[in-house]
Amino acid sequence: MATGAVTAPRPQASDRARRAATERSRGENRLGWKLVAPAVVMMLLVTAYPMFRALYLSLYKYRLTAPEDREFVGLNNYLAVLTDSLWWIDVGNTVFIMVVTVAVELVIGFAFAMVMHRLIFARGVVRTSILIPYGIITVVSAFAWQFAFSLNNGFVNGWLPFVGDDFNWFGSKWPALFAICVSEIWKTTPFMSLLLLAGLSQISEDMLEAAKVDGATWWQRLWKVIIPNMRAAIMVAVLFRALDAFRIFDNIYVMTRGAQGTESASFLTYRQVIEQFELGIGSALSVLLFLSVMLIAFLLVKLFRVDLAAARQEG
Amino acid sequence: MRTKVGQGIGLVLILLWCLFPVAWIFSLSFKSVEEAAAGSPQFLPKDPTLDTYREVLANDDFQRALINSFGISLIATTLSVILATLAAYAIARLDFTGKRVVLSIALAIAMFPVVSLVGPLFDQWRVLGLFDTWPGLIIPYMSFTLPLAIWTLSAFFREIPWEMEQAAQVDGATAWQAFRKVIVPLAAPGVFTAAILTFFFAWNDFVFGISLTSTTDARPVPAQLAFFVGPDQFNAPTSTLAAASMMVTVPIIIIVLLFQRKIVAGLTSGAVKG
Repeated sequence: MATGAVTAPRPQASDRARRAATERSRGENRLGWKLVAPAVVMMLLVTAYPMFRALYLSLYKYRLTAPEDREFVGLNNYLAVLTDSLWWIDVGNTVFIMVVTVAVELVIGFAFAMVMHRLIFARGVVRTSILIPYGIITVVSAFAWQFAFSLNNGFVNGWLPFVGDDFNWFGSKWPALFAICVSEIWKTTPFMSLLLLAGLSQISEDMLEAAKVDGATWWQRLWKVIIPNMRAAIMVAVLFRALDAFRIFDNIYVMTRGAQGTESASFLTYRQVIEQFELGIGSALSVLLFLSVMLIAFLLVKLFRVDLAAARQEG
Repeated sequence: MRTKVGQGIGLVLILLWCLFPVAWIFSLSFKSVEEAAAGSPQFLPKDPTLDTYREVLANDDFQRALINSFGISLIATTLSVILATLAAYAIARLDFTGKRVVLSIALAIAMFPVVSLVGPLFDQWRVLGLFDTWPGLIIPYMSFTLPLAIWTLSAFFREIPWEMEQAAQVDGATAWQAFRKVIVPLAAPGVFTAAILTFFFAWNDFVFGISLTSTTDARPVPAQLAFFVGPDQFNAPTSTLAAASMMVTVPIIIIVLLFQRKIVAGLTSGAVKG
């Protein structure tokens, strides 16, 4: 990476040139850091610093309504959270939503990518329409689906053959989670399909042709040629979407407000801080949420065994 | 012939998937408030009316939220893209130690659980007087759009034939001319694409919008929409909400219609190298 880092013994004559080169690379280093510094400072200012503050506050009993009563309680907030079944139920919901939405999106997104890849007409129309769910505000998507599933104003009950007209989707946990997943899947599948489409277009036609000539069936070509060659693209898409789904908040806030046990870990954290003013417990939740995301990212990267920075860019 | 039919079916399915819910919200927005309150489970309105749109347009809070959203998103986008351009230029063109560190920081922040910042920021912003102000939202929006902008822009900048700058200088152009006449036109599409994606992100934000504001002074549209619901969730003004939703979706549809090619290029840039 850095030029002049390795300096093998060379004839005296090039000594001056080499010194000039290191001088230059040092200048380049300085300029590089000067240019990235504002962005790096800005990114860390609103993430690293508050995160350390959350870590600090999480050790205190601290209610915003009674700031004078703040007292050090050590790890008690964490104990309180981790021994409360609510936290585990909410984490369970979040993981459920993450696994279901990413799995469904991967399958549907892949199918969409295959169609778009082979499409010879109406490409602009497809591209435009696929970007609409991507661009739409999540809150609007949540409203659209909430109304679609609603008892009074929704068409879903009338259209689905095996569901009674008076079925209340938001009346119990699993149907409500289903509706939440539908909204999430609808909005984010297009993003997934675009990432997969980019991966798909990297596969050489020659390789597919060769497999075809050798008598591979469509199914074999899919599993033996296409998917293995798209690993990097699939990995990036799954990682980004999984972590995004784990943070699910907007859809739940609009569609159920966490009623019927549909709360997510993010929603619980929000509720403690903003609605209950429990900054101590809320901070402990923030730290746990952060650690969960790190853990999921770590597991996914290990699972796919791909260097992410290398997958996205040579860096 | 068979592949063409297959393609046609696939095409229709994709279009249905993408546009059907939008059509639903659109149709719903023309139902009268009375019809929605009485319950109207059919897809199309019985008696289409524009009253809902009139009501939304006459709503001061909604107007204020629209202004907030546009202002905050545009300022955050501009600042974020400027900082990202500097950083991406360094990453794409210069050889400096710690390049990977910068990219890793950006990546880590792109995956950051936003909600975990709500508590500490809520606390700090109130002390600093940033709570419920435009800068109070612009700052976190910048931090969270920078990773996307940096990744997109450095992927774009990598593709620029930088030798052309020297070639222009050899041909007698000054350094400034070479930059302005050669590099700027080449880099502009990338910068523009990054700006669109950044704007989408800021426009879509909900978490910061509801937690770091308390009045219409700074509350953006998504938060305002959620508060439209009122205290009684089961009697929400469905069709009015649909009309408001349509109105905030229209700018997105216009941007998508105009720049679809650029947006797709931006979203997928750098996603599949290697």
